[in-house]
Amino acid sequence: MISRTRLRAMARKEWIQLKRDPRSMILAFVLPLLLLVFFGYAITWDVEDLPLAVVDEDGTQVTRELTDVLQATGDFRIIHRPESRQVADQLLIRNSVRGVLVIPPGFTVRLQGGRAAEIQMLVDGSDANTATIALNTADAILGRFARNAVLQGRSANLPVRAEPRIWYNPTLESRNMIVPGLVAVIMSIIAAMLTALTIAREWERGTMEQLASTPVARVEVVLGKLLPYLLIGLFDVAVTVTAGMILFGTPLNGSVLELAVYTLLFLTGALGLGIFISAAVKSQVLATQIAMVATYLPAVLLSGFLFEITSMPAVLQGVTYLIPARYFITVTRGIFLKGVGVEVLWAQGLFMAAFAALGLGLATRVFRKELPS
Amino acid sequence: MAEPRPVVVEELTRRFGDFTAVDRVSFQVGRGEIFGFLGPNGAGKTTTIKMLTGLLEPTEGRGWVAGLDVHGQRREIRARIGYMSQRFSLYPDLTIRENIDLFGGLYGVAGTRLEARRRWILEMAELQGQEGSVTGTLPLGFKQRLALGTAIIHEPAILFLDEPTSGVDPVARRRFWDLIDGFSHRGVTVFVSTHYMEEAEYCHRLALMNRGRLIALDTPRRLREEEARIRGSDPSSAPPPSLEEVFISRVEREGGAVLG
Repeated sequence: MISRTRLRAMARKEWIQLKRDPRSMILAFVLPLLLLVFFGYAITWDVEDLPLAVVDEDGTQVTRELTDVLQATGDFRIIHRPESRQVADQLLIRNSVRGVLVIPPGFTVRLQGGRAAEIQMLVDGSDANTATIALNTADAILGRFARNAVLQGRSANLPVRAEPRIWYNPTLESRNMIVPGLVAVIMSIIAAMLTALTIAREWERGTMEQLASTPVARVEVVLGKLLPYLLIGLFDVAVTVTAGMILFGTPLNGSVLELAVYTLLFLTGALGLGIFISAAVKSQVLATQIAMVATYLPAVLLSGFLFEITSMPAVLQGVTYLIPARYFITVTRGIFLKGVGVEVLWAQGLFMAAFAALGLGLATRVFRKELPS
Repeated sequence: MAEPRPVVVEELTRRFGDFTAVDRVSFQVGRGEIFGFLGPNGAGKTTTIKMLTGLLEPTEGRGWVAGLDVHGQRREIRARIGYMSQRFSLYPDLTIRENIDLFGGLYGVAGTRLEARRRWILEMAELQGQEGSVTGTLPLGFKQRLALGTAIIHEPAILFLDEPTSGVDPVARRRFWDLIDGFSHRGVTVFVSTHYMEEAEYCHRLALMNRGRLIALDTPRRLREEEARIRGSDPSSAPPPSLEEVFISRVEREGGAVLG
């Protein structure tokens, strides 16, 4: 039996303490926005304004058009037009440019003659990710240009080509993937860090013993601590989603209500886990560190937020099934980008409900010595 | 008898691994009594109080507080008693009023009763008009009285105080004991542990603990008289031994060391 008077007293106290603790306030209200801006702007899998050098050894009207097209897409910025490949190499080595496009002599003639016209793209491979993306982007642009050129040149044998069409994130903007994932990551931080502070503090200050001497029940302590953080968590999600839509134009195609319900499930589990950790170690510093390793890091590294799960080694893929953030990210991306709901995401919902039950169970159990029921 | 004795303990024992902190302790405390618990550090005073306040499960033996079983009714016991420990555990970042209201809520005191109790506590602790001050900045003596107030916000009939006056100056200690005396006159049973000998004089009965065992239990006066008899001094000529002397010789006869 839960007493509403006691539960309200606990929750109110927790809320007041939260308001007066600058560390908690920063964690709750500044960190989410900071992360959103940081991840949103810094982590991107798109190429934009990549500095490029072009060595045009052909020097015809067609090759000038080609470089114009390249420039016009906005993906590349041609900042040098060196005379020779040797000069271009030096630019690449000195990091003045990230790529060099070499158009060999005779390119135009071969292209208009319907023969294979080769072009060389040198990219700086020290940043493998950017290099791959730059190559693919250049390949797509040049391919399009070549087909157009061939058409204009009335060449007969046009190969049939598959035209890829991308659904759900048609512009393939990585930010659209980042923002929904970030909701899950931010929730992991809120849950782990905030609860790590609040519970361990009770032991460090000796207030736990005073609490334990009152008739308050374990469930009332756990729920009383949970409620204020659930509110903050929901608020943070709302802020992150809104800021994501305004700053990065991330679409929210699905239901806000369903997003809130899934968020509550995830938060309950993660907060419970945070309470469990901090009650088990009884020190704010240690609890914060363990909480980071146990919830925040997996949420960033193993949830599919930054790294594709299917590209991980098999063992690691197995581990990801134990990471609640993995399911939550599937849910947020589903709701944001595909606009789907529980009809598709019910399995994730079930797992997250189980996670919430586990978190609550662990958190309640950990006080069994101090607070007998 | 309609009302059960406030505290009844039979062969109460608590072990931590191989170490026996409290060893087959038996005693009873009557209504309105100020029952003092004396002993060197580590004698088992705090462990006994924790078992009686529902904070710790006894390993063996039986005990009833307000007629409630210390084994199976620990939460019920906590609702019926007041407990204040040597570490004042009010929330330092909450204001005086917020602390009072928190413990009011936890003890199920609400509405007009809470208002009345809040007024009473502020008056008792001499903190009227300071409800909005943060508790952490208060002088120790005020903190201690406020802690006592929050511990008895629900007006319990039995009060457990574990070295409540540690670190408090003699004047504040004297005033604290005036309060306790007042409770006793109104029929509240006070169970208090201390290591200040002048405080022991205020108790109706004293229990001496050493190495987990109860080695003496009587009124301060009779404990002194018995000590005088053992020493063979003539009660009419020599000054009677002080409680401190009683305490030290009792502990030494038991083969214990008086620390701190």
